[in-house]
Amino acid sequence: MHPVLTIDFGSTYTKVTAVDTASARVIATAQDFTTAATDLSEGLASALAKLEGKTGALDYQARLACSSAAGGLRMVAVGLVPALTAKAARFAAFGAGAKVIATYAYEMTRADGEAIARQQPDIVLLSGGTDGGNRAVITSNAKVLAKVPGDFPVIVAGNRAAQDECADILRAAGKPAYVTENVMPTLNALNVRPAQEIIRSVFLERIILGKGLSREMALVDGILMPTPAAVMAALTLLADGTPEHKGIGELMAVDVGGATTDVYSIARGLPSAPTTLLHGLREPYVKRTVEGDIGMRYGAAGVVQAAGLDVVVEVSGLSKDVVQDLLQRIHEDASLLPQTEELEALDFALAVLAVRTGLLRHAGTLTQVYTPMGAVFRQEGKDLTHIAKLIVTGGTMIYSKRTQEIMAEALAVNDPAALLPKTPEILVDDRYILASMGLLAGYDQTAAFHILKEQFGKDVNHAAGQ
Amino acid sequence: MQNGKKLVLGVIGADVHAVGNQILNHAFREAGFDVINLGVMVSQEEFIDAAVESAADAILVSSLYGHGELDCQGLREKCDEAGLTGILLYVGGNIVVGKQPFEEVEKRFHNMGFNRVFGPGTSPETTIQALREDLLGQ
Repeated sequence: MHPVLTIDFGSTYTKVTAVDTASARVIATAQDFTTAATDLSEGLASALAKLEGKTGALDYQARLACSSAAGGLRMVAVGLVPALTAKAARFAAFGAGAKVIATYAYEMTRADGEAIARQQPDIVLLSGGTDGGNRAVITSNAKVLAKVPGDFPVIVAGNRAAQDECADILRAAGKPAYVTENVMPTLNALNVRPAQEIIRSVFLERIILGKGLSREMALVDGILMPTPAAVMAALTLLADGTPEHKGIGELMAVDVGGATTDVYSIARGLPSAPTTLLHGLREPYVKRTVEGDIGMRYGAAGVVQAAGLDVVVEVSGLSKDVVQDLLQRIHEDASLLPQTEELEALDFALAVLAVRTGLLRHAGTLTQVYTPMGAVFRQEGKDLTHIAKLIVTGGTMIYSKRTQEIMAEALAVNDPAALLPKTPEILVDDRYILASMGLLAGYDQTAAFHILKEQFGKDVNHAAGQ
Repeated sequence: MQNGKKLVLGVIGADVHAVGNQILNHAFREAGFDVINLGVMVSQEEFIDAAVESAADAILVSSLYGHGELDCQGLREKCDEAGLTGILLYVGGNIVVGKQPFEEVEKRFHNMGFNRVFGPGTSPETTIQALREDLLGQ
């Protein structure tokens, strides 16, 4: 036995998992409330006590942790054109597991600077211009950022030709500036990895200290990454496999939380027909999007806004008055649990529409264009119609009795323009292992892969026939 | 030899003629220009976004299916709005329907803000020479 402990400091729960890497199995999991207000170690200690009650005393060979507590990694993304470098900066931040609290394009104003001063982000990612391209805007934005009070670090990942000048402006104002490769060195080509590596090292060096995650915490070897980055690492490992073992292929995942909805795709998403032309930014193979206003509780109002009250009424099967009344109660008390049939029905609708909205915004679109040469198709973003496996995670979906029903309803979008998975198999992360396995992947990749494959890689049709 | 000048190239509108676009792409690169080729079915906004982000020196619009006049209307004004004041705009190809006198067509496109207008059958060398004159003073 070679026991390893993984810890996920979530915004609500601290989840601990005991894994035996020698036999590639999860020994047990436990959770307790996160104590972000005081010191995270209190919640961790009580979660560990519960775990030890199940496993007995274990001599852990490693303790690996990720965190999304205290608001997660909060970033501001800055670019030039909204559909180009500003989008590339967002991709870079999301892909590093961050929460993008604001995005700015073109020249920033004094009011933008004031907004950032109020938000006090953990990191600002400053991009703009292709290499050798526009340098006026990124330089002007560096000047605006330099004037914002606070010592938040700025990662400069824009036009090479302007990087030194931007770094000088920021450093002269006392902002730690990190210079790395452009997120979009040539038009429509993404290069997010170098920026993501800097985000991760800044996270390790600076951020965790400020979030009640003291390095001295005797129980943990260190917080390695933000939780979404761990989830992404697990999904990528499951899809691609290890050098010795083949992965299960392209897949997607959706995580509906109380406040936000995350969608992941590990897929190339290229056009499926030769008559389809791909337009715009080439999106990353490992793509994560976050709907910051879409969720089951704090994000309920966002769901209603995105889908429309009438659709919420229709999907829930409740009357308009009841829906409005329940939404008001959720607004007043975000910890409300679905204890009545009515609230259960509303939660069903909120889950369906949160998933649907998240998937629609993540997936690409296909537009039919009539030309004098006949009809042709224009694709923007990823074509995910062929995705065969869709993993669902997050408390709402894991503990719902109607997960399959929610997903079927969410995917029932009768719109040929939406490049959503057509008939994916829905796999449930019912042991809550994704983040844990993402952490383990950096320690023992093979063990992590086998555990993931055991959970998600089974041939369900075959198993059903047995 | 790179001459340091950056061109945004593409076929505008719902036009899918890809062959000429590729020929121009190669010819301009060969002549030393840095070409950002957007391919076919490019909208006005995509031309502008590409030029803003890359600080391009010229936008070269191709149109081969006869709807060029409609597709090109307002491009100059949008460039002005986007801060691309005075950027060089070329258009070329079968830019209008039917047999119209080229002088009239040229005039209409000049009035729309295009610096140069090239008719059907223009060889890439002609355009390259024009670019050298306009951008490099050669």
